[in-house]
Amino acid sequence: MPLFARTARAPLEYTRTLWMRGWVGAVMLFLYLPLIVLMAFSFNDSKRNVVWRGFTTKYYAKAWENDQLWGAMVNSLTIAAFATIFSLIIGSLAAVMLWRFRFPLKGAVDGTISLPIIVPEICLGVAFLVFFSTIGWPTGLVWPFNLGAIIIAHITFCFPFVAMVVRARLATFNREQEEAAKDLGAGEWQAFRDVLIPHIKPALVSGALLAFTLSLDDFVITFFTSTPGTDTFPVLVYSLVKRGVTPDINAASTILILLTVALTAVALKLQGAKALAGTHS
Amino acid sequence: MAEQDWKAGKSTFAAVSTAPLVWTLAFFLVPMAFVWFYSFGRNVGLTEIDIVGTLDNYKRATEWLYLSIFLKSLAVAGLVTLICLIIGFPVAMALTFASDKWRPWLLLGIMLPFWTNLLIRTYALMIVLGQQGYVNQGLGVLWGGASWVKTLVGLEPLPTWEPLPLLYNNFAVVLGLVYVHLPFMVLPLYSALDRLDKSLIEASLDLGAGHFRTLIKIVVPLAAPGIIAGVMITLIPALGAYLTPDLMGGTDSQMIANVIERQFKRANDWPFGAALSFLLIYAMFALIALQSMRRKTPGEAR
Repeated sequence: MPLFARTARAPLEYTRTLWMRGWVGAVMLFLYLPLIVLMAFSFNDSKRNVVWRGFTTKYYAKAWENDQLWGAMVNSLTIAAFATIFSLIIGSLAAVMLWRFRFPLKGAVDGTISLPIIVPEICLGVAFLVFFSTIGWPTGLVWPFNLGAIIIAHITFCFPFVAMVVRARLATFNREQEEAAKDLGAGEWQAFRDVLIPHIKPALVSGALLAFTLSLDDFVITFFTSTPGTDTFPVLVYSLVKRGVTPDINAASTILILLTVALTAVALKLQGAKALAGTHS
Repeated sequence: MAEQDWKAGKSTFAAVSTAPLVWTLAFFLVPMAFVWFYSFGRNVGLTEIDIVGTLDNYKRATEWLYLSIFLKSLAVAGLVTLICLIIGFPVAMALTFASDKWRPWLLLGIMLPFWTNLLIRTYALMIVLGQQGYVNQGLGVLWGGASWVKTLVGLEPLPTWEPLPLLYNNFAVVLGLVYVHLPFMVLPLYSALDRLDKSLIEASLDLGAGHFRTLIKIVVPLAAPGIIAGVMITLIPALGAYLTPDLMGGTDSQMIANVIERQFKRANDWPFGAALSFLLIYAMFALIALQSMRRKTPGEAR
């Protein structure tokens, strides 16, 4: 679309007014300028993020050789993978339970299951710190068992989101389909596997993406449940930012941003933009 | 077929409900209960805590020092939400009325930061805002230009440019929180505006109302549920924000989450931290209760 409209603007085409375009442009600049500067400086031949001193990829090489960074990245991805799988199972079961059955105290159960979404991260983090140290959760286990506490904490705050997404999808399910399957001789499990699961598949995909991102992104809860040797990528970046910045972080962040872009593109291909927006509101 | 009674399918119910119920109990309710009990406890020695049923921790939380931090957190979160609403509403409008070719790209533009790691985004903003960051450099160039223009017309040049302290103060905290939470606000606003019947807007315009009047009288009331959802989705995390005030704030810009963190780490006063943390949760509940009350009233009026 040209910047200056050739055809006359219809009354509702607000997006074609100049001030609206300026506004959206300014917001996009605000959102993206810092990220672009960060990515640009990852190629800067200087230790500080201030003056441009020439192009280099040496910080990528340094980041590549940085064992601490690799360890944190592997921890983050391992935690996210486990948290996603378990959240998907527990969240879908919770959604099916609330959708299918009538049982005593249903309102209370419904509210409690979605409570981890509302409770502030800091309170949840503190609760896990208190919980794991009071019950004497073993620390210093071998990898990956030392990540157990963090994985448990992540499942707790991820699965309600999966349940929410899956439940929204279940609301559009025609129960007669399931009955038809049963009339035709399918058992409970078979009807569940062959009729219900295919129907909620899109919700499972967006729920999994949501859980994975939430887990990968989390700082506060991980910060409170981490023990030496279980640093995740956000926790490592935090401690480096606190101590003063090293440029390897720019390089690693750039890679992670590009990874996010790629993942989002895949998600968009799978789901369509509207469905993705729906999962966040 | 309506919902099935659990007694009619006990084995299926058990298969479906065991995992979520046990998980919620063991890894959510029990940890929260620990904190709740500790909030009535007292420190005995370095690591031991006696749960004596005292209310001293709550009493201490109402001291002015802590009360003022609580109120300040509320004020900061409210301000952040208001700024996000003002910045975000036109963006949501632009998304709603964009052509089909542009909408997916705009939506992607809003959503990408949402999926980008929070720490990376905060760190990126810190680079730009630093003493020698790009914002300060840009302002410095403008300042130099203005000074040059003044000498050109025969006035005294401006004094030399002093970099603005854009980081480690309250301004940085508000800006950082707006930066992080803006997409949270835009997406629910957009999904509410998108559902809106556009012929109502056209009717209002046809009947002689201006664009601004149509916005205030038609669009905003109809999009109210989305606006409230956006406000809650921004306000709640902003109130409990830990990372942004910790990294971008100065010594005087602590929010309640930072005080809670200190009780559990450096200050090692778990009972008091537990009390503060439950007060924060109660504040959330109050906000949500307020929202559901407001949601009921316009529903009946319609």
